[in-house]
Amino acid sequence: METSFDLLSNAVVSGVLLGGFYAAVTIGVSISFGMLDIVNIAHPAFIILGSYIAYIANATFGIDPILAAVVALPAFYLLGVAVYQIYYLAFERRGEEALRGLAFFFGLLFITEVILVLVFGVDYRLVEAPYIGPTLHVGAVDLPLRLLVPCLVALALVGGLQVFLSRTFLGRAILAVAQDQLALRLMAANPVRIKRIAFGLSIATASLAGAVLIVIQPVEPSIGRDYIGRVFAICVLGGMGSFAGTLVAAMTLGIVESLTATFYGPSWAPAVAFGFLLITLAVRPAGIFGR
Amino acid sequence: MNGTKFALLLMLTGAATFGAAWLIGNAYVFFAGYVVLQYIALATAWNVLGGYTGYVNFGTAAFFALGAYTTVVLHKLTALPIPIMMLVGGLVSGVVGLGTGYLTLRLRGAFFSIATLALAVVVQTLITNWNFVGGSRGAYIVRPPTAPLLGIDYIQYLFLIMLLLVVLVLATARAIERSRLGYGFATIRDDEVAAEASGVPTLRLKLLATTMSGAFMGMAGAPLPYYVTYLDPASGFSLAYAVNGVAMPLVGGTSSWLGPVIGAILLGTLQQVATVTISSALNLLIVGLMLVAFVIVAPNGILGLLQDARERFRRPFAGRSQA
Repeated sequence: METSFDLLSNAVVSGVLLGGFYAAVTIGVSISFGMLDIVNIAHPAFIILGSYIAYIANATFGIDPILAAVVALPAFYLLGVAVYQIYYLAFERRGEEALRGLAFFFGLLFITEVILVLVFGVDYRLVEAPYIGPTLHVGAVDLPLRLLVPCLVALALVGGLQVFLSRTFLGRAILAVAQDQLALRLMAANPVRIKRIAFGLSIATASLAGAVLIVIQPVEPSIGRDYIGRVFAICVLGGMGSFAGTLVAAMTLGIVESLTATFYGPSWAPAVAFGFLLITLAVRPAGIFGR
Repeated sequence: MNGTKFALLLMLTGAATFGAAWLIGNAYVFFAGYVVLQYIALATAWNVLGGYTGYVNFGTAAFFALGAYTTVVLHKLTALPIPIMMLVGGLVSGVVGLGTGYLTLRLRGAFFSIATLALAVVVQTLITNWNFVGGSRGAYIVRPPTAPLLGIDYIQYLFLIMLLLVVLVLATARAIERSRLGYGFATIRDDEVAAEASGVPTLRLKLLATTMSGAFMGMAGAPLPYYVTYLDPASGFSLAYAVNGVAMPLVGGTSSWLGPVIGAILLGTLQQVATVTISSALNLLIVGLMLVAFVIVAPNGILGLLQDARERFRRPFAGRSQA
């Protein structure tokens, strides 16, 4: 009985840590899909790109993967700005974002994956960092540092973005775009420029999310697709644009997945996320914190 | 041209295709032709939902593989003729399409697309964990050297079956375009709120389109195990099906049944050539780049480009004031 309780508490704790990491993966989609109404299904591909950049920096120069991701943030921001510019000119302005805009992002997802396959092959890649091996023990509960560090990075990322959005002028402008674009135009502000900045930010988060992903597990080009179901399930369940909701939803999914993996086997984990997504869409499409 | 005449014309074209392949007499023609035909069926099936109602399905691979794996299950249980297996495969995929649609189609279109994307991952997880159909090791199918009844080579038999499916799918697609149903679909694509307000039963029509589209994809997948003789989840759920299913109709043009056919013949043939001459990863990259290039530059596909060119030819001075 005691062992199964230990098993349970360990599963819950690692679920919470995993959930923190999921929040980092989802936060970009919470901005692009939740706030800007841009259905960026290619986001997981950008995350994998972030993983590979952390991998290159780590393997060739021995730089810490998370530090490498912080250095790469501006480059990802610019990438996001460029992608939004194409998306705006080709689809949003013409009002064709529904069918062709989706196909565009699907194409990006696919192209990124195939290019990564062509360059790096389909082997699993991993990074080296001092916090990947050791584990903290608190009573009967294990806190592996390779999960704890990503969780802390994720919390810092989500917290930082929350402060930026609620305290700065630009952040409030982004929230305003999420609420009412027409009103923003009437105030003589340019929603397109603000959306461009916000989309750049959302892609920038993929750099950090990618780095923590490769800290947690080895990465190969196609695992991005496993995250699509998770990311959107969390985003919708969290009430689309809400960061607090994203965090709660991410932790919930993390715990459920961790329990499933502990008691039924890890190969079922992707099915859990999909079940989550379907149930959310069918029962509560407005999310837990929805209006 | 009415539906019956069109179906007859399709059958004549089909017979001519088979005859031409027969005359060339090279086994590879049937082998490669089967793949192109399969893509015509898949692209047209995708277009029934994507092109006519405007809802994007990214799960082509899932519906296709469900059909293929239904055949694997049936093959292990009993010996049935392939056409019957296709019906069962179509039924399974159609029901899955209906279920996914029922849960997500009442929401914005993007949610349906995301659900289909996730569906592909999950169905693959289920199949990989299912030992009866071989799990991740895959399943072997021993096919007889010659076909039942006809006595022709088995690959030729599969080619013929796929050809018949293409005729069926194209005749259905064109019939939909010109029926009340097709107009109903078009109202959903053009303005769903207005359609709903005018009394179009949008949810029911969307579910019908999803079910039909999924069923045709499953039917296209059902003969696959006999064609490849070895099926594992990685090849059945190959990303190539998902991306081609979307790319072919969009490259060809989604407005009419002809678009997916053009896209499938063009991209399908291109890939058959590229796989032999270059590498298979590179040829998928070409498809992805063409998809992105076409949605940005030529949103109405090749069909749209042809129509524009014809307009310009007929009225050479009309376009100048716009440009």
